[in-house]
Amino acid sequence: MMSDTPKKAKAPSKEWPLWEVFVRSKSGLSHRHVGSVHASDSALAIEAARDLYTRRQEGVSLWVVPSSSIVASDPDEAGNLFEPAKDKIYRHPTFYSIPKHVKHI
Amino acid sequence: MSAELKAIYAQYLGDNSLILGQRLSEWCGHSPALELDMSLSNLSLDLIGQAQLFLGYSAQLLGQDLDEDKLAFLRDVMDFKNVLLVEQPNGDFAHTVARQFFFSAFQSLELEALKSSTDSELAAIAAKASKEVAYHLRFARDWTIRLGDGTEESTRRMQTAIEDMWRFTDELFHMDDTHQALLADGVAPDLNTIRAQWDALVDEVLAEAKLTRPGPCRPIMGGREGHHSEHLGHILSEMQYLQRAYPGAQW
Repeated sequence: MMSDTPKKAKAPSKEWPLWEVFVRSKSGLSHRHVGSVHASDSALAIEAARDLYTRRQEGVSLWVVPSSSIVASDPDEAGNLFEPAKDKIYRHPTFYSIPKHVKHI
Repeated sequence: MSAELKAIYAQYLGDNSLILGQRLSEWCGHSPALELDMSLSNLSLDLIGQAQLFLGYSAQLLGQDLDEDKLAFLRDVMDFKNVLLVEQPNGDFAHTVARQFFFSAFQSLELEALKSSTDSELAAIAAKASKEVAYHLRFARDWTIRLGDGTEESTRRMQTAIEDMWRFTDELFHMDDTHQALLADGVAPDLNTIRAQWDALVDEVLAEAKLTRPGPCRPIMGGREGHHSEHLGHILSEMQYLQRAYPGAQW
């Protein structure tokens, strides 16, 4: 149940897989990435995330995801991927006024 | 008379939380992993918060210008009424987990029953603390299972830890005169009922952890009457140092 290949010399945290932590700060909002924890399995990852990231009432719900499951875009391709959006200001809804009492938009 | 008995009983509850909280705080900066450092410190702070409430209530019942700080920092070893289990040294991480599992299993059942106490103050503190302790139990249970059903080394260490802590578990359920009198008034729960629930819970978790339940052994008791192991003196000398060296010092 512990890590698959325990190695004697290493500290436990180096053996345990990494999990990305997402916290929902209150109902209705989406989960946001807040950081990561090391843990041997998903149940302990939730507990570690609870102890690290919600001790000051930061959240009402937690997700943990194995970091290895996250697929990232290639930094070398950042130019190709993101720069074409730069000169398309008409995609920003800046021409609308937002009522003051609407938060979290 | 009843107020005095309640004050003693509140110290049983408060001292258990205080001494275990102080013990767990020794892990701060020394845990096997950063994540555990935070978890154990959180447990410690929960317990010290409970101690503040229980000892504050005890002080209120006793009057005489007492408060929770005076009870925590100015009493001597023989005046502490915690059970021996909570003053046992941290040992390796498995010992800390075994101690926590046995105690949190007991405390969660005790607080659950205390919620329906005829004393509304104790019932209110129990309601608040039982949510914290439910998490302590989950933490200790999960680690007992993972270490017990883990590697060859973790299984061996966890079994040793269970056996080392086992002889201090009988004391948890010992009904002394204070308990008997308060049970009759509906203030304190019946520890015999709690024992049966505790046994079932412990058996279930030890089975899942593939650990062997230790056989009966000669129990070691006396904490509630002030007969402590030598460990408590060392805990207090560190915990009480500041108030002893600089009486009345404020934060």
